[in-house]
Formats: sequence, C-alpha cells, structure tokens
Amino acid sequence: MPVWLDDFLWTYQNLVHALGINGLLALSMYVVLAVGQLSLGQAAFMGLGAYSSALMTLQLKLPFVVVLPASVLVPVLFALAIGVPTLRLAGVYLAISTIGLGEVLRAVYLNVDYFGGALGLSGIPERGQTWMIYGLLFVAVLGLWLVGRSRIGRAMEAMREDETAAAVMGVPVRRYRMGALLASAALAGVAGCLSAHVSSFIGPNEYGFEPAVTILSYALLGGIGTPVAPVLGAWVLTLLPELLRGISDVRLVVNGVIIVLAVLFLPNGLLAVRMRRRAA
Amino acid sequence: MTRNAGGRVTLLRIEGLTRRFSGLVAVDGVDMVVEAGGVHAVIGPNGAGKTTLFNLVSGLVAPSSGRIVLEGVDIGGAPPERRAAAGLGRTFQNIRVFGGMTVLENVLTGLHVRLRAGFAGVLLRLPGFRAEERGAVARARAALEVVGLADVADRRAGSLSYGDQRRLEIARALAPEPRLLLLDEPAAGMNPAETEGLATLVRRLRQLGTTVLLVEHDMGFVMDISDRVTVLNFGRKIAEGTPVEVRQDPAVVEAYLGPKVAARLAAGAKAGVRGV
Repeated sequence: MPVWLDDFLWTYQNLVHALGINGLLALSMYVVLAVGQLSLGQAAFMGLGAYSSALMTLQLKLPFVVVLPASVLVPVLFALAIGVPTLRLAGVYLAISTIGLGEVLRAVYLNVDYFGGALGLSGIPERGQTWMIYGLLFVAVLGLWLVGRSRIGRAMEAMREDETAAAVMGVPVRRYRMGALLASAALAGVAGCLSAHVSSFIGPNEYGFEPAVTILSYALLGGIGTPVAPVLGAWVLTLLPELLRGISDVRLVVNGVIIVLAVLFLPNGLLAVRMRRRAA
Repeated sequence: MTRNAGGRVTLLRIEGLTRRFSGLVAVDGVDMVVEAGGVHAVIGPNGAGKTTLFNLVSGLVAPSSGRIVLEGVDIGGAPPERRAAAGLGRTFQNIRVFGGMTVLENVLTGLHVRLRAGFAGVLLRLPGFRAEERGAVARARAALEVVGLADVADRRAGSLSYGDQRRLEIARALAPEPRLLLLDEPAAGMNPAETEGLATLVRRLRQLGTTVLLVEHDMGFVMDISDRVTVLNFGRKIAEGTPVEVRQDPAVVEAYLGPKVAARLAAGAKAGVRGV
C-alpha cells in the first residue's frame, strides 16, 4: 500500500469505516423498500447485531470469524417474530411495529445490567477491518444486483407496483415480504457487528428512532432503482456533515433541507436509473 | 378431467358459490360450468356480481360458501399465487400493468409461475438459469407477438395507450399458457376499432386452444365472440345458454330493461316487431 494512502486511511479511519457501514445499512433499507414495505427498524436490527456480537466477543470469547456470521442470528430471529404477525397485513403495520421494536430495545439495553445499562458496552476489541467492511459491501451490492436481474427481482418490483396483480401472476407475496425483511435484518446485523468491532464502544442511544430515520433517508436520497443508488445516498449523507464542519451549528438543518429538496425534486433519488430486469 | 352430459370436458365447475359483504349478497348460490376450449361470457347489469365472481375464482376474495373446482381440483381455499400455478390467468377491469417496468418485463413477470430459478442459480449465473431466462424472453416475445405489441417490447409499460395496456395485460396473463384465462371487461374504454381488434384476438386465443371466461358490457362484442353466455342479476344466475338463447330469454330482457319495457317488447314481438 502506498504511504499516502496509508496515511489517508489512518487519518480518516473513522470516516472510511462509517462510509462502508452506512452503505451496508442503506442496502438493508433498500431490500425492504424494494418489495414495497416500510421498516423503521433498521437501526434496531443493527443494534441487535452490535450488542449480540459484542457480547459474543466479550463474554463468550468467540473468535471474529465466528462472531461476524453469527451476528445475523439475533436480528433475523427478531425480524421473524415481528414479521409473522405484521406482514400478513398490507399497509404501515411493519413500520409501526418496527418503531416500537427500536424503543423497547433501547429501554432494555438501558435497564438491564448485562447490556451495560446507560454506559453501554466498552472495550470491544477492534477486530473489524476496513477490507471486511468493503468486501461485504461489494458482495452485497453484487448479490442484490444479480438477484434484481432475475425472476426474483422482477417479482419484487412488481410487488412494489401492485401487490394484487403480482399475486395473480403467481408471486407468493407474503413469502417475498418475509424474505426481504429477514435479508434486511441480516445485513443490518452484520453492519452492527462491524461497527461495534471498529469503534470499541456501543451505547443504547445509537440504535433508536433517529438513526432509523437517517438510514431511511439514505435510500430516499439515493433512490432504489439499483442497489448502487442507496449506497450513494448513504455516502452523500455521511460525507456532508464532515464537509459542513465549519458551520456545525446549522449542520442538521442543512442536512434536513437537502433531504426535503431531494424528495421534492428528485423523487426517484440522486441515481434515478432503473436496472434492466432480465438476464437474457 | 370430468366430462359432462354432452361429452364435453369441464374445465371449471362452480357449485353454490356465495359471497356476502355484510348484508349484501354479491354472489348468491351460483352454479356454473365452463367447458374447455370455448369462450364463455358472464353478463349482467351493473352490480350483478360479475367482478366479485371473477375475484372469487382468482382468489382475491374468499367465498362465504360453495366450491370452485378447476380440472377436478378444489381451489376455493387456495391463495391467488397457487391458483396461478394451477393454470389460472386473469386481467383486470381497471388496468393493472406494472407501469414502471418495460412491456417485456411485464410479460416476464407473468411467467413467474413457470420459472424455477433459485438463489444459487441466480447468484452464480448457472447455465440452467441463463437458459431458463432465454426461454422466458422468447416466450414473452411470442406472447407480445400474439397481441401485436412486439414492436414496443422495450418501452415503459406506463407510456402505452389505454388499448395497448389492455393488450399488454392479456399478453401478461397469456404468456404462462393458462388453462383458463379470465378477462374482466376487456373492451371497457376501447373505441370500436380497438374492440374489433380485441374480438379478433379473442378468436385467435380460442383457436390456440385457450379457454376464455370473460365479463363484458359491450353486448355486440359478447354476442359476437361467445360460445356460451351466463347472465347474472343481483348475484343470482338468471339465464344461461348460447348467445341466441340468452338474447331471447324473457328474464334477461327484464333484467336489462325492467319489467314494463320487457312486457311491451314481448307484446311487440308477437306483433312481429324485432326484439332486443
């Protein structure tokens, strides 16, 4: 690795990590939006991945090669428990119940000593590596791209447009909704695990309602026409606060204005291209 | 496969089918048989229960009681996607194409039920998956050829004209080669030239061996292309037979024109005046 790149990565390590992890979170949002559902539980799933993996490392002393893949388990189980009753219904029930999930979990982290209470968990060994984050991000984008260009991707877009018509075409819409929610929980869980293992500290307030909305805004800003679009959205919204440091007092205002402008003037997102839905 | 008294093959049998919407009985004890290989129309005044009947058959609405048997299998409790797999295709009265997708992708989505590719094949782009996709594109193009939309395969579906969107819906329903194709008011909103094109298309489907069950208000169109006609009124079946038989049925005339006009027409018919 050239010296300048090494220096750059060292200086901006946190930002480089955040860009990759937020990219993964944006993809976890994309998977749910791609089938026409709305979840506000992406931060909660991330938190479940972060807490469960941190405890696996700290308490069970498991090696990271086991912890990283195992970090999908707890979020996926919670997604299953939430999905079974809510995904039978059309509409906003998933959004409502996932908001609830985030708040309930926050209260649990705060009040149960095993989770470190308000202090959170600290001293997590920094076992996450930059190459792991970006490797997973690349694999996730590629996988979603390939799935998008197949009968599965066509069925997902069809569901988003008209669920009734998709069902009449033979698309098992409930199974697709559930599959998307589970995949999204798994992606968020891995992102949580990586973020816990690059920052050495996690706290109960990192996974509440506000980060959930931020994750949603990644996909809103970037668009959901391709899996690249939400990642782009995440990168813009992660870099923006850094670039606006000089005016840090109004940073959140500027951020909010950009989202509003994007929704008004870029309804299909920054990257408003749609992928071809066939592989032949 | 069951044969009825006339020796024809029964494709769809409906027995005592009833659907209540809190107080309103939209479909009331309807018995009906659709024979394989023909065009069967369901007609009736507004609110007669035609679309509810279609929604019952395609699984969008659950029956309150009664049976729906497709090729000997009771599908009355199956979800829509299982009925699609069993060989049922349909179009909608209010057009429901996937507007943001291309015309070809719409038809490919219609083929979902015929495709088998799993995650492994999709992610690894295995030869089996590629071959299946090529086959699917060829079938989708053939279906577009049948309805005359092959030239606009790569256009956005939402940008097509009204009549073309209806034809796209038919191609999408047709591509998986359903045993029974339900067309819900296919001529609604079409101009006379488009309706004539549609009649030609339905005749062509019939020649290709597709059984068509359709709901339609355009009487000229129905009488022109149907082998059998079932008439509903207030959810009940009031007549059934060939177009000629149904047209002369006093109960049908009364349902459409009211008892007074029907009586006057009947009197007129005796005096040599042409009927409805």
